Amino acid sequence: MLKEIKILKSHGIQYVKDLRTQKVAERFRGRPVIANDITDEEKRQAAAICPTGAIDPAKGCIDLGRCVFCNECALALPDKIRFTNDYRIAANRREDLIIRPGADQPVRLAEHEIRPEIRNLFHGSLKLRQVSAGGDNSGEMELNAAGNVNFDMGRYGIEFVASPRHADGIVITGPVSKNMATALQMTYDAVPDPKMIILVGTDAISGGIFADSPAVDRSFPESHRIDLYVPGNPAHPLTFINGLMDLLGL
Amino acid sequence: MSRKYLDIKANPAICNTDDIPVLPYHEFYDLVSNLLADESKHCLVYFAVPSGENLQFYIAIADDTRNSILLAAHVSEREGAILQSLASGAYQLHGFEREIHENYGVRFEGHPWLKPVRFPYNRHDQNSVMENYPFYSIESEELHEVGVGPVHAGVIEPGHFRFICNGEKVLHLEIQLGYQHRGVEQLMLAKESALQRCILSENIAGDTAIGHALAHAQLTEALSETPENETLHIERCIALELERMAVHIGDTAALCGDVAYQLGQVVCEALRTTVINTTQLWCGNRFGKSLIRPGGSNFPLTEEVAESILKLLDDTGRRYAEMADRIFTLPSLLARFEDIGIVTREQALKLGLVGMAARSSGLFRDVRISHPFQFYRNFPVQPVVQTSGDVLARALQRKKEVDESIRIIQNLVARWKENKADVPMPSYHSKLRPSTFAISLTEGWRGEICHTAVTNAEGKLQHYKIKDASFHNWMALALAVRNQEISDFPLCNKSYNLSYCGHDL
Repeated sequence: MLKEIKILKSHGIQYVKDLRTQKVAERFRGRPVIANDITDEEKRQAAAICPTGAIDPAKGCIDLGRCVFCNECALALPDKIRFTNDYRIAANRREDLIIRPGADQPVRLAEHEIRPEIRNLFHGSLKLRQVSAGGDNSGEMELNAAGNVNFDMGRYGIEFVASPRHADGIVITGPVSKNMATALQMTYDAVPDPKMIILVGTDAISGGIFADSPAVDRSFPESHRIDLYVPGNPAHPLTFINGLMDLLGL
Repeated sequence: MSRKYLDIKANPAICNTDDIPVLPYHEFYDLVSNLLADESKHCLVYFAVPSGENLQFYIAIADDTRNSILLAAHVSEREGAILQSLASGAYQLHGFEREIHENYGVRFEGHPWLKPVRFPYNRHDQNSVMENYPFYSIESEELHEVGVGPVHAGVIEPGHFRFICNGEKVLHLEIQLGYQHRGVEQLMLAKESALQRCILSENIAGDTAIGHALAHAQLTEALSETPENETLHIERCIALELERMAVHIGDTAALCGDVAYQLGQVVCEALRTTVINTTQLWCGNRFGKSLIRPGGSNFPLTEEVAESILKLLDDTGRRYAEMADRIFTLPSLLARFEDIGIVTREQALKLGLVGMAARSSGLFRDVRISHPFQFYRNFPVQPVVQTSGDVLARALQRKKEVDESIRIIQNLVARWKENKADVPMPSYHSKLRPSTFAISLTEGWRGEICHTAVTNAEGKLQHYKIKDASFHNWMALALAVRNQEISDFPLCNKSYNLSYCGHDL
């Protein structure tokens, strides 16, 4: 007993008090800011460097759904592109993940696009079934971390459940490998209505570095309405939880 | 007398493809059988490369006592080849022969079980699909089958586990993987830029991003004959050890969680956070993605980060030691860990286990010591071995490896401070040596990671073979649960924590 008390004392208070304002490391790469005066040549240069085609060569915008946050564009054009450590980059409209030159406002959900049943039913209690469909395990570990003693999304009644029958929606990581396509569909079908779909991580949102692989089957994410997109490589627990808090109206 | 194999004492090892002796299959068979009969040698990789009308086979065998890599080759027809199975005598080759069979249709006569490896999209037999795969089954009134997965209870990767049980007792477990297959090896060839290949390597298995990214960076540097930089080597070893520490502490949490010891779980989870947040401080990513690149680093170590690392080792090291002390003296925990999921040294040897799974069964294999790479060449790592081969051994293995990683990092930071030479920027535009065979090993936290490349006469990648430690070690789990309660399966699974995506590629 004494040993336990000593450990608890060392452990201290671990939970992050305010998940909205918690600071992360300076170098964490969240929302990018692209200078308004980025030239056409620089846009082409950035697009050519980008490993996943996240940068549009004509418009010079960065698609957070394709970005793997490798930082190479910012390294090549330090005066024109920089990644802030703003982790609140989840969105509920795919187009809101595209950051344009000159834009420096936070990424926020489009309130009117949130299905009313989500707020009505799941506001105080959201049970999610996670499906790893080709995820590399970093995303899955961060989702586990979202429920740990530091981030504790359980305080909002958000938790992962073992059975899709008990769930209110699915959370997908990975580009959706062909070999997981059937299992993903079956899991989704087993969730009772009303249900939601959340895509977590670059691979889930666009396929990421695997987008052009013949081993990947994008039909599920492309044919269903997605309620929340959570970018990252992997998505940081704070991005995930803040996105959910916004979706639920917490 | 002609040489039967090429012997290279280096890691990474590199040679002209033509220098690897190509043997008639019966000589290759005898050579490999004899070499692998000695426990100090184990197969690193054995694969085939389509080459016109033929299949070119390469094998790389590690010689742990002489710190060298032995290379040999043989050739068969592209279609319809039938070869006598080496795996029937040397079980450790079972996975490689299955993989070659699955990819190219080569029949290995006498192979104990040509079970599919990962159902790759370009497999030879397109009629072989996961949905109709015939699991090993038994007709019996008393036995029943339990199927778990691909989607499991927890937030983890998918795989299928088919148990044959007598009541609660597991008689047999068959594991079927492949759900995470994304075609990484083909993408390595299809991608156009070196940066894309770096991103790919980091995303093979995100929880061992540094292990794989380093194997790839090392390989690329060898192929492009990039000069070595000692400071860079030191920094990479620090990063690799931080990754090892982070996962081991996280696994300690998971093991506690599975036996309902909540204090251990939450404390270790919080401690893992401190380690990965330090990695994030260093490079902006909690898993070290973007930190390891060929030829240099975008995030050279700074005084500030080095001080944070030292502070982490002190603070987290002390708190982890305190928690571990409680974990390993708590009778209710020990009762759940001890004698559960035993894999003997003999089984480990037969299966060809590597890394942590091998070391916790008393079989010492560690590439940092047997085939030192980066700064491990100048800084010896102390072996950590457990002999009981049970869940307790694997838990203790993690605790002791954390201790050793702390010691290594402390020393490496001290060396870095003395060294303090500049680290160059990464290079993505180096030309690769033509007609070259190169192999690169790292000791990821699970065990030996092996990346192998073959270039053609134009200096383009012709073949890229990736092997994660999990490729060998999944069979250990299948054996560990035999004659155990099925309720101990999750604990056994977590005690190994093998990679699904690292296996499936």
